[in-house]
Amino acid sequence: MPTFLINTDPATNVIDPFVVSIIIFVLAIFIGFEIITKVPSTLHTPLMSGSNAISGITLVGALLCSFSDSFGSLGVFLGTLAVIFATINVVGGYMVTDRMLKMFSKKEGGDK
Amino acid sequence: MSFFTSPINTLAVLSQNDVVNLIYLAAAVFFIYGLKLLTSVKTARRGNLISAIGMLIAAVVTLFQINNNAGETSFFISFTWIAVALIIGAIVGSTLAIKVPMTGMPQMVALLNGFGGIASLLVACGEYARNYNNNLILDEPWNAILAIGLATLIGGVTFTGSLIAFAKLQGLKIIPDKPVQFIGQKAIIGILLIGSLFLAFYITANHEAWSSLIIIAIASLILGILLVIGIGGADMPVVVSLLNSYSGIAAAMAGFVLNNSALIITGSLVGASGIILTNIMCKAMNRSLLNVLFGGVGGGSSKSSGAGPQGEAREFTPEDAAIVLDAASQVIIVPGYGMAVAQAQHAVKEFTEELAKRNITVKYAIHPVAGRMPGHMNVLLAEAGVPYEQLADLDQINPEFEQTDVALVIGANDVTNPAARHDTGSPIYGMPILDVDKARTVFVIKRSMNPGFAGIQNELYFMENTGMIFGDAKKIIMSLTEELIES
Repeated sequence: MPTFLINTDPATNVIDPFVVSIIIFVLAIFIGFEIITKVPSTLHTPLMSGSNAISGITLVGALLCSFSDSFGSLGVFLGTLAVIFATINVVGGYMVTDRMLKMFSKKEGGDK
Repeated sequence: MSFFTSPINTLAVLSQNDVVNLIYLAAAVFFIYGLKLLTSVKTARRGNLISAIGMLIAAVVTLFQINNNAGETSFFISFTWIAVALIIGAIVGSTLAIKVPMTGMPQMVALLNGFGGIASLLVACGEYARNYNNNLILDEPWNAILAIGLATLIGGVTFTGSLIAFAKLQGLKIIPDKPVQFIGQKAIIGILLIGSLFLAFYITANHEAWSSLIIIAIASLILGILLVIGIGGADMPVVVSLLNSYSGIAAAMAGFVLNNSALIITGSLVGASGIILTNIMCKAMNRSLLNVLFGGVGGGSSKSSGAGPQGEAREFTPEDAAIVLDAASQVIIVPGYGMAVAQAQHAVKEFTEELAKRNITVKYAIHPVAGRMPGHMNVLLAEAGVPYEQLADLDQINPEFEQTDVALVIGANDVTNPAARHDTGSPIYGMPILDVDKARTVFVIKRSMNPGFAGIQNELYFMENTGMIFGDAKKIIMSLTEELIES
């Protein structure tokens, strides 16, 4: 490794937020694999639409973007548009998943 | 500014940002726990609710954070826009969710996926534009800029790819259901992909090259179209789950852009789930992912099975079939996309109730790629109120066909083709199939002798123990039920 890339000064040698992000990213993928491989095939469609709804978390990013001190900038416009799309993703995703799961559970009460 | 002050001031003092991040972590825990509850039918609905609460927490804490960071002058204007955007999104999203029929679920999920993707693209571009306008772009670290490029690329591919998948699944006339492939398509895809990646790295060194970002965005939108347009309708379960994975990865990339752990954790979870489902679907078709993406099976090309139709198919009337069914002791129903198209799931349920009254054991054999998304048949049968104990997957049900009197195939084609077991020249050779041909009698309900999505004729239809019943699945099932009642 070239030495100029590595900071050896103990005073400023703190963890780069980017490295922390990568650690979180990798660990979360492992958690995802562990949990999702246990979902039975019966529930694969709700799993997909449910995880699809979760991917609407990008709404958080959209909200952060849609605010700006310089109103009228392109950033606010794009952010606001992102909020619309992400909200459709979140609201639609969760409601559709619930509709599906309701059908799976209704027989639960009926048959037993 | 700090919320909590420690009594011992050498301990960490939480900043507002720390608190916000801890709340994001709580939201992520809700998502993980919610997904965990999805592993059982009994707890799944609660899991979905918990996950939704997590999302609400994440959204509300973000609004508070914006509120706190807002400048005096602009707060109200921006906030109004946010409120309007949230309301529009909620109305459109809930309307779509309420109106979509259960048979339309695959295209609905594809569409919503696409919206998630475009949102990530817009977040990345929006963040770039905001920093550019405020002359902060040169201060951004190279990795944040790289994440902007990648989020744009993946988000764009997810968006147009999902729209094409939606159009194919919905049966819109603009996009043919069959794969569209032209000479040089793979080359163009390669050039666009490598070019976009190159530009994504280029802007890490030249932060102000905003035109490069626009080129990435446009290239990604074209890439999504080209990638999915070449894939046939039968491969859509793979495509939809792959795009699902992309939408998660795009969200995670947007998280890298904003340095937001909530987005990174959640995006990775979705990315992982999509890849697992993609893998399951590929295995069920005995094909590699690359083969699905670039193989274009079902193009009606000349590589169809060399054997061709063998002999004559025997046609049965519902009257004849009902007599055989009445005498059976075990019947296995094999539903396919044809059942979904005919909306026959309720009729099937009534029919099997009639069989059960005659002490005939009824089971359902579900192939992993039956339908247009993973688990699609399970959802349709659940809608009709079929107890999920009666649903069996490939490995469970295959040994049972030998002891089964009647296998009733409803609009399923390629997943029952015995050629997959022995015809090495067949495009579906090696694909795990349902061994319906081993049942004593097989009835196939189908509208015509037309081949399925793999574009090959099904050997099953010409076997001695097979009877074809031509017509709309729903009408045939209903007349079968009537015949049973009358007999």
